[in-house]
Amino acid sequence: MENYTLSINGKKQEVTAPEDMPLLWVIRDLLDMKGTKFGCGQALCGACTVHLDGEAVRSCSLPISQVGEGKITTIEGLSEAGDHPLQTAWVEHVVPQCGYCQSGQIMNAAALLTKNPSPSESDIEEAMQGNLCRCGTYNRIKDAILTASKSL
Amino acid sequence: MMPKLPFLKKQKTDTSTSLGTADRSEIFMPSRRDFLKIGSLAAGGFVLGVNFQCSGPKGEVITFAPNVFVTIGSDNIVTIVAHRSEMGTGIRTSLPMIVADELGADWSLVKIVQAEGDEEKYGNQNTDGSFSVRMFYEPMKKAGATARHMLVEAAAKEWGVTPAECDTEASHVILKESGKKIPFGDLVEKIKTMELPKPEALTMKEFSSYKLVGKDVPIYDAKTIATGQAVFGADVNLPNMLIAVVRRSPVVGAKVVSFNDAKALAIPGVKKVVKIDGPGLPAGLDKPLEGIAVLAENTWAAIKGREALEIEWDLGPNQTYNSAAQLQEMLKSTAGKGTVKRARGNFNQAKSASGKVLERTYLAPFYAHSTIEPPAAIADAKADGSVEVWAPTQHPQWARGAVAGALGIDVAKVKMNVTLLGGGFGRKSKPDFVAEAAVLSKAAGVPVRVQWTREDDLHHDFFHSHSAQRIVATLDKTGNLTGWNHHTVFPAIGSSNTPAPPSDGELDLGARDFPYEVPNIQIEAHESSAHTRVGWLRSVSNIHHAFAICTMLDEIAEARGLDPVDQALQLLGEDKNLSFASEMVGDYGNYGEKIEDFPWNTGRMKKVIQTVAEKSNWKQNLAAGKAVGFAAHKSFLTYVACVVLVEKDAAGKITIPEVHYAVDCGIGVNTDRIRSQFEGGAQFATSLATTSAITFENGQVQQNNFDTYQIIRMPQAPKKIEVHIVPSMEKPTGVGEPPVPPFIPALANAVYKLTGKRIYELPFKI
Ligand code: FES
Ligand code: FES
Repeated sequence: MENYTLSINGKKQEVTAPEDMPLLWVIRDLLDMKGTKFGCGQALCGACTVHLDGEAVRSCSLPISQVGEGKITTIEGLSEAGDHPLQTAWVEHVVPQCGYCQSGQIMNAAALLTKNPSPSESDIEEAMQGNLCRCGTYNRIKDAILTASKSL
Repeated sequence: MMPKLPFLKKQKTDTSTSLGTADRSEIFMPSRRDFLKIGSLAAGGFVLGVNFQCSGPKGEVITFAPNVFVTIGSDNIVTIVAHRSEMGTGIRTSLPMIVADELGADWSLVKIVQAEGDEEKYGNQNTDGSFSVRMFYEPMKKAGATARHMLVEAAAKEWGVTPAECDTEASHVILKESGKKIPFGDLVEKIKTMELPKPEALTMKEFSSYKLVGKDVPIYDAKTIATGQAVFGADVNLPNMLIAVVRRSPVVGAKVVSFNDAKALAIPGVKKVVKIDGPGLPAGLDKPLEGIAVLAENTWAAIKGREALEIEWDLGPNQTYNSAAQLQEMLKSTAGKGTVKRARGNFNQAKSASGKVLERTYLAPFYAHSTIEPPAAIADAKADGSVEVWAPTQHPQWARGAVAGALGIDVAKVKMNVTLLGGGFGRKSKPDFVAEAAVLSKAAGVPVRVQWTREDDLHHDFFHSHSAQRIVATLDKTGNLTGWNHHTVFPAIGSSNTPAPPSDGELDLGARDFPYEVPNIQIEAHESSAHTRVGWLRSVSNIHHAFAICTMLDEIAEARGLDPVDQALQLLGEDKNLSFASEMVGDYGNYGEKIEDFPWNTGRMKKVIQTVAEKSNWKQNLAAGKAVGFAAHKSFLTYVACVVLVEKDAAGKITIPEVHYAVDCGIGVNTDRIRSQFEGGAQFATSLATTSAITFENGQVQQNNFDTYQIIRMPQAPKKIEVHIVPSMEKPTGVGEPPVPPFIPALANAVYKLTGKRIYELPFKI
């Protein structure tokens, strides 16, 4: 067991965890923030996507010992009032079906837009292919990202 | 306990909860008990991810509940109970919309709460079989109309006018002539002394006056989901709760001989190891599998603890099971004689008299549901013998019963809270994982959340069965289709190691209800046995039946020199209601509905076919490297036709640029959610058609995670999915499952046209 000081959504958080504990379980179990989801545990589905220094990472496959001083952002910290252009576009396009994959989709899309504020359709497909949606909301996700990119 | 499966069995009509025609209105007879409760919201329930504050002074909101589904507060908030499970269809929005519209509520002042599992109170809550809207459209209208009737009466009395002079609008009663109005909330106090209206006194609004029903309405949970606030199965936390991760029998029927938990218990955070006793064989549909559970302070410790377990298994009779070998045996059996389940004319005669015989076989694999949320459930077994449960369940009643059964307690002692479901598709009907949580909580004496990993989900699903089919079609000398002989075999739902044919209910899903005018028809079922747990997955045996039937019809059209759309229209004949009665061996289920109430109408089918052909510009000349395929299939009482466009790129890769669907689902409640079900259905079906398959060796599933059990990713999804809703005032049916079956053969037929290679086996690579 080690002590770690994490910076999550602009706040410092102290946790004690074994060094191999994936950031996902630190967030969900130790910090009780439930917006970040578990889908596969193997970096195959993207449900657990958070930002580490602005980059999209799969928190299920990132041991806490590798987080270091990095700034972590989760869906809860993406915007203060839940009005990030992507969140607004998600509601406008009524993207979610079951909704379970959507935190990860939005976090992944947010990292994409930071790097590439006006992505083409194929840029979006390329960047989003690590995020699975079993309900089949891919088309609306794409539309919502395009809408959000226009309002940036 | 077997669940009520409306698509597999005729529904009982003798209890107040089965919702046969006679008792549909019964549950809406408001009881005095629910009539008026002051000081709290009468319709309780678990509020999902919503922080609701009453606008009135604290503790003084007066509420009025004319029935269990609707409550009106003096703060002018209308609370509507969603009693069906939300797994992505939007039902948590669609049914309350009907209540709100009939009531005349301002949708922005409506609060939705999720019902707990309580069949006595709410009626059927089994969210399955695409029947929520079909079953509850009328009852929801009545729930709203009852409240409206009383509010109008109260206001009319106050104003000294007749109720006929009043109406409701935007959560006010209005005096039509003057426009004078009073908020619902101000009338709550006055209704206290009023009598409930008799059902025959209720009037329903004209459809054309609806402001929500028949329109695009955003789902209630969109924002809570987009901000990460929505509460799914694993998101419920209780004080002192332990997390359980279970090593389950690797082969269905396997039993634990011995285990050593010393290494597991040595892992920091691991608190307890508990054995779960499984039923062995048959495994059943609602029992936990045998296993060893590691209970820990957090999920990671439980996962590590499970890795450290040492278990000796008696693998039992299924350890030699190999699915590929079984599939070949099943295929072989279809060449023999099966049990005839439907007969028209004399197929054998037609065959000997025919000019041409086409005989084709079709194979489809096992599929896993692979909801992105793996199963998870929370139970708090209390010292007094009661238990409170939170679960993403499609079937709260069955889950409640399974928990009661597993703990040996009365159902009344189980409080079943329903969270949002991170996908269901039939998997989360089965309460095995919910019962696990209850058993473990009781054993540990603390609340327990059982968390399945993706590997657990893929290894221990209730799979969609693999299947083999053979269709023999005969053409006479002039090219008329004279005979249709369909053989089908697959391990049946709930079956076990004893060989059995599929049930009539499963055969009614696409095979027996073959609607075309062919003079000689013979449908035969063959026996097989299940060596894993078999369940239902989005559209059930319609998946493989529609694949075989609609690709075969495409091939027949080609042999006859006909366009497949023209052939389908021709084979459906005159507009008429079909009755299969005299031809069926055993009853025809019609998805639990009487055929008089929901007839099989060829005119409606022709209309969706004509619509999809027109909207997709079916007969257009396509550039080289492009092709279209067509299929039409009715399932769950909903008529669907589909056209898929495929394209080959320079590198030889096939993509799906465009899909057209036409659907007649009767009255459409939330048109945006109808479209989203079809968009999602096309994507779900693309996975079934092109990427997914579960196989078994030595009784064990060979796929572990999304690397080996693949579902499509964004680049593989159809690019554009157009959904054409055929306007209809017929009784509403469902749309959760019907998009899946016709898509797969439409895609296969398109790929054939592009590549020249017919497709006889799923999945096929594109
Ligand atoms: S849970 Fe991390 S990628 Fe699937
Ligand atoms: S919305 Fe259900 S998995 Fe994406």
